[in-house]
This record gives sequence, C-alpha cells and structure tokens, in this order.
Amino acid sequence: MIQIKDLHKSYKMGSSSLHVLKGINLTVEEGELVAIMGSSGSGKSTLLNIIGMLDLLDEGSYELDNVLIKDLDETKAAKYRNKFLGFIFQSFNLINYKTAVENVSLPLYYQGMKRAERQEKALKYLTSVGLLDWATHLPSELSGGQKQRVAIARAMASEPKLLLADEPTGAIDTQTSNEVMDLIQKINQEGKTILVITHEEDIAQMCKRIIRLKDGVIVEDTKVNQVLATQYV
Amino acid sequence: MNSFKIIFDRDTWQEIFGSIQKNKVRTIITVIGVLWGIFIYIALSGSAKGLDNGFERQFQNIAMNSMFVWAKSTSIPYDGFKTGRNPQLKLNDAVTLRNNIPEIEFIAPRNARGIFDGSSGSQIVRGSKSGTYNIYGDFPEYTKIATKKIFTPGRFINQSDINLARKVCVIGERTQKELFEKGEDPVGKFVRIDDIYFQVIGVHKYIEGGGFESDGDIFIPFATFRKLYNTGENVEWFTIAAFDDADVVQVEKDVKQTLKRIHRVDPKDERAFGSFNLGEVFNRIMGFAEGMTFLSLVVGIATIIAGVIGIGNILLISVKERTKELGVRRALGATPSEVRMQIILESVFLTVLAGIFGIILGAFVLAGINAGTASLEDFPYTNPTVPIPFVLGALAIMVTLGTIIGLIPAQRAVSIKPIDALREE
Repeated sequence: MIQIKDLHKSYKMGSSSLHVLKGINLTVEEGELVAIMGSSGSGKSTLLNIIGMLDLLDEGSYELDNVLIKDLDETKAAKYRNKFLGFIFQSFNLINYKTAVENVSLPLYYQGMKRAERQEKALKYLTSVGLLDWATHLPSELSGGQKQRVAIARAMASEPKLLLADEPTGAIDTQTSNEVMDLIQKINQEGKTILVITHEEDIAQMCKRIIRLKDGVIVEDTKVNQVLATQYV
Repeated sequence: MNSFKIIFDRDTWQEIFGSIQKNKVRTIITVIGVLWGIFIYIALSGSAKGLDNGFERQFQNIAMNSMFVWAKSTSIPYDGFKTGRNPQLKLNDAVTLRNNIPEIEFIAPRNARGIFDGSSGSQIVRGSKSGTYNIYGDFPEYTKIATKKIFTPGRFINQSDINLARKVCVIGERTQKELFEKGEDPVGKFVRIDDIYFQVIGVHKYIEGGGFESDGDIFIPFATFRKLYNTGENVEWFTIAAFDDADVVQVEKDVKQTLKRIHRVDPKDERAFGSFNLGEVFNRIMGFAEGMTFLSLVVGIATIIAGVIGIGNILLISVKERTKELGVRRALGATPSEVRMQIILESVFLTVLAGIFGIILGAFVLAGINAGTASLEDFPYTNPTVPIPFVLGALAIMVTLGTIIGLIPAQRAVSIKPIDALREE
C-alpha cells in the first residue's frame, strides 16, 4: 500500500535549515494498522503530512497504491487526497456551521457526487459510527467522542485506500478514546489500511504494528499483539 | 468541474449560503456598505433626472430652440445714414428671412399693445365691467413656437381669421374672471377692445415661466391688429423657431445679418437689432442638468466602489478567520480553484444582493421625493427616474468589482497551505 524509500525532508528556518526526516524507509501492506510513535520533534507529523500529500518530500520516493506520488501541484494533490486518503484530526476539524451529515458528505461533494447519492452515503456512514440520530445536529451539539466519530465517518465516506489519523484520541478522555479506537479497529478489520499517530503507549498497543521515530529516523519497527479496545468499552 | 458548472450548481450556492449565514452580523454590515453606495447612486442620478425633467417642464410651453428678434437703433453710420436711426421691421422681412435661412422652422411676426410701446395696454369693456390688458396681434404660427393651451370649447387664431381680418380674440383666464360671470362660457360672447366689438373664440390657459406674457393677455389676428392700430406693414418683433437639429446661436447670427442687409445697417453694427435666444439659455440650463447627472454618476459610482472595497476588506478578514475551515476543505479534496471560486462567488453574491436592496430602497426614496414635490409647480423637479441602462450598468460594475475585489481574499485563501491551516494552535 505504502512504499517509502530513503525519504528526506528539511525545513528552512531563516538562514539555517532543519533536517526533520533523515532517510525513512517504510513499507506498509494493505490491511495493516500501524501506530507511529515518537516524541515531539521526532518527525512523525512531518511523515504523516508527506504521506497525506499535505507536504512535499525533498528526496526519496513515495508510492501509494503503486502510484508514484511526485510533482504534485495543489490541484493534483487535492484530487489524490480526495480519492486515496481519509483524514482524522486531533481537534476533529468539523466545519462548525454544518450539520453532522453535511460534514460527512463534504468530501463526496468535492468528488462531484450527486446530492441524493451523497446524502444516502453520508447517512450510511453515520449509521456505521452509530450516530444516525445525530445526523442533523451541529458539531457544537455533540460531545468530543461523537465529534470524532463524525470525523471518522467523514474520512470513511470517500472510501479511501488509506486512513490517516493524527492523534485521534488526543483531545478526548480515556473512556471515549477506547470507543474511538474500537471503531478504528473495526474499520481495520474490514480491511482498511490505517496509520495512527500517537504518543500514548496504550493507544499504540491497540495497533498491529508500532513504528518508533526518533530524530528523523525509524529506531524501532515491531509487530505487536493487538490489544482489543472492546474489552475496555 | 469548470467554472460555469460551479456557478449553476445548487451545491455551490448551498456552500455559499452556509458560510454567509455563519456570520450574520458580518454579512449585514458588509451588505450595508454596498447598499448605501448603490442607494446614493440611484437617489442621486434619479434626482438629477428629476431636475432635468423639471427644467424641461418649465420650458414645455415654448419651443426650446426659439428666439425673439426686435429692432433697436443703429450705432454706426452706414450707406449714407447717420447713427441713431431706428430700423423698422416689416412683415415682408419674415418672407426674406425664411427664404434666406433654411434652418428656420417657424417664424411668427408679432405686434403688441402694452408691452414695448409705452402704453399700458388697451381698454377692454364688457357691459359694465372693464379692464386694461395687453393686446397681441398674432399669426397662427405663433402656437407652433409657444404652445398655447386653449380651454375647450375654443380655439386659437387660424389662417382664415388672418385672411378675413376677423374681429375675434382669445382672452386669458384672468380676463375671463374679471369680465365674465362665474360659470359663464365666454366663447361666442362679445367684448369691446378700444371700442370695437370682438367675438371671443377661446380662453388660453396661462402657464408660468413664459417670459413677459401674463394671464390677462388677449390675442387677436395680426391683420385685425394692424387695422385697429394702424400699424401697416410694421412688425414689433419676430418670434423664430429653428429646426431641432439646427445650431440656434448660428441661426440667431444669420437672422440678424439678414435683417441688417434688408434694413441697410452696417454688418458690424451690433446694436441695431436686439435678440433673446431662448435656445441658448435652454442649452445652458440643460448643460447644467447634464453636469448634475454626470456628477451624480461619478459620486454614485465612487460610493459603490467604496462599498465593494469594504466587502473585499471584510472577506479578507473572514478568510483569515476561516483559515482552518478552508484547510479542512483542502484536505478533504477541494482544489484551489474550487476554494477560489467559492470566495469570489461569496463576494459577488453579497455585492449583488446588496445592490438589489439598494436599488429598491433608492426607488422608494425617489418615489417619496416625487410624491412630496408633485404639488410644487415652481420647483423644477418632475418624475425622477433612473434609466434602465444606468441601473444595469451599476449592476455590471458591481459584479465586476465584486469579482475583482473577491480575487484578493480568494488568492489569500488559496495561498494558505492546508498543512499550515491544520497545524494546531
């Protein structure tokens, strides 16, 4: 699914430059649930941004679903993001003046899908995260966990090849975190490839593979026995 | 998606309404800016048009390109005559003028008692009532130059009155009031003008603003006047109307030159003939009205521009506020052109919405002013309207400006990278 070879990325900070990623080699197969861990400044967010086509790489190559991702202009990147990727953010990033169902159907709108079809699909995914009854509510009327579930439904709605979750449980309490991780595990069990960025060890243990980053290089890449979140729910 | 499809897509508008509704106060303040601009524009240009119409109404009873010409006294010796000679206009001059100057549409020789001859007018008697009024000797052509409204039943002097030198007269409203009983129809009745019986054939309605004429004027056929007062071929002054497309100033010069030739006056003698060129005066007033229209256009458009810039300003701020939202949209697959289009359409939509409200408000105010001034006869203000091309032009300007102004915040929105927009605060 993902093939990254010798990836380098540095940021210009005034006159000096900050070398954030120093040669990352990473292969993720279809159906994996990978946790990317690391302290702040380790480069984990930069890696996710490059995988998410929100940022460009300096050196190396990146293939997503056997498509070489390079020379992206903003329009092309937008198309790829829409087609290949689903994003889940720490702060949910729902559009606050749109209802849950409108938020979920937004990526479908950018796909150019017809209105009725969009509505139907959005409701289907809202149902799958258990929020059908909340479809017409605004984000401000939802709890943190509900918001994240709407965000997951939104990420799923465009039927992406890869889900990218950036600290999905960073802004919610433990109990709700377990519910959200349960949902992510279930989606994974249906075959979806998911990358989760986290710095919480117990969240990482709920994934199938843990990659630890430190100072821009992968220091550890281990398969783990998945802890099912269901038992805590 | 091409831009055409985006504009006519229901979802696009849903997105725009969504973001506009999100901040109602912002929207209202923005809209008021442009609304005020278009309102000023409509109110000003409508008022200018009203003024224009008002002036035109003031002159409606007289041909706008007409002039009066009369004889004064010479100031240069010429052809053996010494200075101070008083040339006398003759009836035949009218024929010569007409033959020599093709720009003349109508020419009406006139004589009068009580205006320029030093007398106070003529004594008019009916039964035991009497009064002193000005008497004019006229040709029917006169009504072609200065409209005379005659109450029905009744008529003005016609050609056979001239041919037969009939003793008929058209009297004024005041004369009717002073010589006739209330409710009595004067047409067909007789009055004595300087002891000669005349039959009344009509009563003219007096319209203000017509120069030296008044509501007591009495018009009699030129031929009758000439017999009554023994004026022979003499004419006191000519009233001349040029064709609409003629240059009235040039016609005035030509008329004077021709008269100088007929009456053997030095061509350089500026004092031999006097004239009053109504066309020139009218042109000057109309020029003023045009200037007002132009001014109102400039001020109005400038105000609209100021309003639209206000919209751009507010959208710029709102784009900054919405950085995160736009970043999310980009992450979810919105292309830069889709984001740009959305911001521009928001700008255009707000502008046009405000514009339409402004036009409606302006129209109401103009209608109000019109209703308020309708009863004021003297006030030169009639039927204030804004020509449709002006309104459409203003709308076109607004759409164009709205697009251009929208480009700035749209570009700002696009220039924000989604990664920066999504970065946690």
